[in-house]
Amino acid sequence: MARQATAAAGRRKSGGAEKPAAGKDELLEYYRQMLLIRRFEERAGQLYGMGLIGGFCHLYIGQEAIAVGCEAAKRPGDQMITGYRDHGHMLVCGMDPREVMAELTGRSGGSSKGKGGSMHMFSTEAAFYGGHGIVGAQVSLGTGLAFANAYRGDGKVCFTYYGDGAANQGQVYESFNMAQVWKLPVIYCIENNEYAMGTAIDRSSSETKLFKRGISFNIPGEEVDGMDVLAVKAAAERACAHCRAGKGPYILELKTYRYRGHSMSDPAKYRTREEVDEVRKTRDPIDHVEELLEKNGWADEAALKAIDAEVKRIVADAAEFARTSPEPDPSELYTDVYIQA
Amino acid sequence: MTDILMPALSPTMEEGTLAKWHVKVGDTIRSGDVIAEIETDKATMEVEAVDEGVVSELLVAEGTEEVKVNTPIARLGSQEGAGEGGAAQPPSAPNAQALPEPQAADPNPQPASRAEAKGDPARTSALAAPAPASSLRDPDLPEGVNLVKVTVRDALRDAMAEEMRRDPDVFLMGEEVAQYQGAYKVSRGLLDEFGPKRVIDTPITEHGFAGIGVGAGMAGLKPIVEFMTFNFAMQAIDHIINSAAKTLYMSGGQIKTSIVFRGPNGAAARVAAQHSQDYGAWYGHVPGLKVVAPYDSADAKGLLKASIRDPNPVVFLEHEMLYGQEFDVPEGVDWVVPIGKAKVRRAGTGVTLVAYSRMVGFCLAAAEELAKDGIEAEVVDLRTIRPMDVDTIVESVRKTNRLVTVEEGWGPMGVGAEIAAKVTELAFDYLDAPPLRVHQEDVPLPYAANLEALSMPSVERIVAAARAVSYK
Repeated sequence: MARQATAAAGRRKSGGAEKPAAGKDELLEYYRQMLLIRRFEERAGQLYGMGLIGGFCHLYIGQEAIAVGCEAAKRPGDQMITGYRDHGHMLVCGMDPREVMAELTGRSGGSSKGKGGSMHMFSTEAAFYGGHGIVGAQVSLGTGLAFANAYRGDGKVCFTYYGDGAANQGQVYESFNMAQVWKLPVIYCIENNEYAMGTAIDRSSSETKLFKRGISFNIPGEEVDGMDVLAVKAAAERACAHCRAGKGPYILELKTYRYRGHSMSDPAKYRTREEVDEVRKTRDPIDHVEELLEKNGWADEAALKAIDAEVKRIVADAAEFARTSPEPDPSELYTDVYIQA
Repeated sequence: MTDILMPALSPTMEEGTLAKWHVKVGDTIRSGDVIAEIETDKATMEVEAVDEGVVSELLVAEGTEEVKVNTPIARLGSQEGAGEGGAAQPPSAPNAQALPEPQAADPNPQPASRAEAKGDPARTSALAAPAPASSLRDPDLPEGVNLVKVTVRDALRDAMAEEMRRDPDVFLMGEEVAQYQGAYKVSRGLLDEFGPKRVIDTPITEHGFAGIGVGAGMAGLKPIVEFMTFNFAMQAIDHIINSAAKTLYMSGGQIKTSIVFRGPNGAAARVAAQHSQDYGAWYGHVPGLKVVAPYDSADAKGLLKASIRDPNPVVFLEHEMLYGQEFDVPEGVDWVVPIGKAKVRRAGTGVTLVAYSRMVGFCLAAAEELAKDGIEAEVVDLRTIRPMDVDTIVESVRKTNRLVTVEEGWGPMGVGAEIAAKVTELAFDYLDAPPLRVHQEDVPLPYAANLEALSMPSVERIVAAARAVSYK
């Protein structure tokens, strides 16, 4: 039922000469997407420091390979839903970085017109259902999106993301149970970054191998190197095939790490500087793709530079837009409370 | 000689059908033997003997319908060791229920097992006070339409069935809604007509299935999520409020959730504090939700149809004590009652009584009492708690100059508090007395019959409040 990934964490730099399961253009595209998320988040952190972004702001830096790898396995129409660490998911599903950044600054040009903020972003166009601030709520909601897919028999799959913290919420298991009883096409993507806020997983969880959490529901699960975009993509494809074959839900435990604090107000007392540096040095998902490109002789200096420049320009433009987009008109205060029946 | 009495097999059972005898005259029965099957409007249940003896007489024939609780149904020959009093019944609710709403709370309740076979006095007196009929025709009712008597329970079922026929995206999910036919039989027959894809039994996991319902709603389906009672929806209130009510706003209008959360709300009878609560004020507090609480069958049907069609999340508060009551429902028309409009159920100039759900019946009974003293009460049935039809209330108060609000919930921060604030704000100069609120006492609802009666609003308390604001 549950199985562990063959690639152990920290396998990078091992010098293996495995042929990547992707071509040059594909790798360059993953590189571009992950770099966009990282530069975007770095800029968001900067804008937060400048007081342009308020409230909570949870950065995705370090976890980029998950959103990008899963997106690569998705088909058009497949849905996605996540918790409050949602900026990366927004960007990979094709939303305009300007709208995402302007939502962070609470401006009228934001994807929710400035009414949702960092934790509450959505795009019906991209079948991205948020962006939810209550830990674990998105698991039931995502199961409900999958319920709609099964009801309609439209072959769509719902990617439901949550972290190792949310994995201990009761409604996760209520949802597991119903998803398997009703054979719903939902992939539970657990982004295990080892810390629920500041609580290390072995301090909060009696079973730390979260891919095993489906065993008593007969839901298959596997552990995946969440820092390896190709491993994520391959696992997500297996999960999709399982769901689309009508076999019900699937669990992916994506082992990852967040470099920044839980939110911007993180005290950083619960782990050492050395631990973070070690992961950055040895497991970074973007470095990994660069290495793959190098190893295969695809490291086209000009192409990488062009990507870096393009990403910088996009992020600078998004930040500028987010700074200058006007605040929502006061008349927006009472809109979107109800739909006119 | 021991009489076996028709037992009450649930807190709200009023009467039942004696479906089958498992014993005949001359049989010896021991305690625990199944002696009969009884059908109620909720379920079929077996009756087990408590007393032992030889059956000397079957007093009620198989197939007899509407056998009132506590009617003698069989007689046992005398035998040593036979227990005293009625057999085969748990203590039933002391408040008589085989009567139309409302009834005065029994001031001196007795355990049903000691009730006389001919009916205990509280029951007969309550039976003698039938509910006054709604005196005003619904303004929306088409001329010439035929009215038929339908229970609130069946009106709700008909509303769901009609909407499910009309729109394939509508489905029903909840505990025991399908094979069991509904814990309160509200979904009776729906599984047969619509099949298990659209009438879905869930596990007992309110938090989870409420979230799944909201997710399905976000994806464009139109779920009806039944809570066995709204007390259990507290497990799910996060999804009702944080997921269903707020996401449209937080997404800048992108994510729409058309969903109905429905089930019985308020106090049934003798089920104590955790199972007896009115959530009108709780949900009425939340922008993004619509909150509906009908009284009679026509409103139950018409408002539920409107709720299912509504593009917003709707909390639909029913009342177990009303399920079995019959009221007129228009026949042969697509009967949809608009959300957000109150209904003046009785016109009057002396005092305005505002209520919703079961308390409307109490107010109508109170109005009858008050009329005897020359106080003509106007009864406003809110029907919808949010958005509240403040105009109709204010218009009434401008005429009567006096206000009494009535609700089953607690007073502080309650629906009546909101109404009093609005009326004070909008019709202050018209008030001849400070508004008064009638509500449940500020305690968890007690189990003991006498304390329960003391805690709940009653016709007497409504009459007293109306007199007080009338200085009479």
